[in-house]
Amino acid sequence: MGGVIFGYLAGVIILLSILVITVKNPVHSVMFMLLMFFHIAGLYLTLNAEFLAAVQIIVYAGAILVLFLFVILLLNLKDELRMKRTTWSWPLGVAAAGALFIAAFLSLRSFVPGTKGVITTAVIKAETNTKVLGRILFTEYLFPFEVVSLVLLVALIGAIVLAKKRQRS
Amino acid sequence: MNFLNMYFSPGTIDLFINIAIIVIKIAVVVGVVMLHVAYATYFERKVIGHMQVRLGPMRVGPHGILQPIADGIKLFFKEDIIPANADKPIFYIAPVIALVSALSSLAVLPFFEGFVIANINIGLLFIFAMSSLGTYGIIMAGWASNSKYSFLGGLRSSAQVISYEISMGLSLVGVMMLAGSLNLTEIVKAQESYPLGMFLFPQIIGFFVFMLSAIAETNRAPFDLPEAESELVAGYFVEYSGMRFALFFAAEYIGMIIMSSIATVCFLGGWNGPFDIPYVPFAWFLVKVYFLIFFYYWVRATLPRYRYDHLMALGWKVLIPLSLLNILITGIVKVLL
Amino acid sequence: MVPLNWYLLLSAAVFFIGVAGFLSRRNIIILFMSIELMLNATNISLVAFSHYLLDMRGQIMVFFIIAVAAAEAVLGLAIIIALFRNKATTNVDEMNIMKG
Repeated sequence: MGGVIFGYLAGVIILLSILVITVKNPVHSVMFMLLMFFHIAGLYLTLNAEFLAAVQIIVYAGAILVLFLFVILLLNLKDELRMKRTTWSWPLGVAAAGALFIAAFLSLRSFVPGTKGVITTAVIKAETNTKVLGRILFTEYLFPFEVVSLVLLVALIGAIVLAKKRQRS
Repeated sequence: MNFLNMYFSPGTIDLFINIAIIVIKIAVVVGVVMLHVAYATYFERKVIGHMQVRLGPMRVGPHGILQPIADGIKLFFKEDIIPANADKPIFYIAPVIALVSALSSLAVLPFFEGFVIANINIGLLFIFAMSSLGTYGIIMAGWASNSKYSFLGGLRSSAQVISYEISMGLSLVGVMMLAGSLNLTEIVKAQESYPLGMFLFPQIIGFFVFMLSAIAETNRAPFDLPEAESELVAGYFVEYSGMRFALFFAAEYIGMIIMSSIATVCFLGGWNGPFDIPYVPFAWFLVKVYFLIFFYYWVRATLPRYRYDHLMALGWKVLIPLSLLNILITGIVKVLL
Repeated sequence: MVPLNWYLLLSAAVFFIGVAGFLSRRNIIILFMSIELMLNATNISLVAFSHYLLDMRGQIMVFFIIAVAAAEAVLGLAIIIALFRNKATTNVDEMNIMKG
């Protein structure tokens, strides 16, 4: 049963990610990506990461992708649809990516997983995934968490500075 | 059942029975909610009619009681017109996205004790996720119609919904902190020890921010700029007709019912009331939801439309700081007590 | 139980599809979406590690990656809008004014 679900999700994720980078119209590409995010969230659910599944939809699908869509709609699509979709060097790019994939595939054979931790499925069931994640995030990883909030603040200010129309002096 | 046992192991039969129960629950909830959607439109026309010293619909049936059914039949038999330059697949799928994202939030709402389709631990986050998907239906409809009015409506609406989603999410953080859970059933149970069995009084700022953002989220007056009839004709669904228009219409009313239900569950104590009503376990839930829906209509009949920059200023400069303040106060009180 | 390596393979496949898209498309928005694909691919493998090694740290890393991805998308899209205001194109081949 687990294998069938994984096979379905993996197949659809790969198919949709190929569609995302190949279709001509960026709006269609966003729609395929939306569908792909849902399947990735499903994959997280099979891995007992329910909080991340929800965050995947809220942040990626609900915020980042909407932003993409918004920017695509602000730009002029008519010219985009007429121009060639790939650069002249696209076979080189695809070949490089394929070669890297083969290298990763070959190195996977000599991969040895590290030591196991203590958060078993039983612990997660007793305390819920969200609580376990929150406890570790706010104790062991408190400093990185604060740093990430600073990163978001910088992004916020940077976006306003970049997108604002320059004042005529 | 014996012949079934011959073909399937006992575990499989349990699985099928569980699936059947869930399917029946879904059918009941969707059916009942669709009926409420139909009569919410009637209720709205009657309430606003009487507030404006009119009678509202009176023709179909006694006091116009069959009006929503007549409207439904009319919309169902109307011609489905598709603009020539529309992006067809996205034009077809946009109303479906809007309706499905509205309907799927119903899965995690506890209507009365023990009755919820999916009692998941991240119920509140699931609702956020689904409500943020509603934007896609709106923005895609606006873009795919290939019309200036609907495009402007779609852009306005998506900017508005994204902005107000933040304050809506933040206003519920206080509730999460007090309840210590994201599960909606747990949230209702956590409220039993508070005054009147509600989070309303400890979270009064949160409730205020939530109700304002909920009105903006569902694109209702006075924040109905995306579909402002007098300037954008009807906003993002100008080009839709017949059944597809009805899907958008239903999505808006389901969104309203869901927002009222979340407010009921998170701030007004869900199915609990001052005294028990025998045989009707969802009575208090319905009373609270309909009171909030009445509040929506009351606001619509009373207030004029906001200007767009005022709307954005209200969202970013008033509601978000207020909800952050609410989180701070809740945190301090929770640590001190 | 699905072996861990399958998840890693899926993650590698999505990652290199992202790389291929990034190296071959012209539209700058699609390039950004390819970057998002790559980030998602790493997230898949981190969540899989977290599940199989019984450790939450993988999921915490995913949490940080999602936050950084949000920041990156915001800045990137702001840059695209600023560029579009000057050049009126999203074609990366035409963005060559820095070339000597």
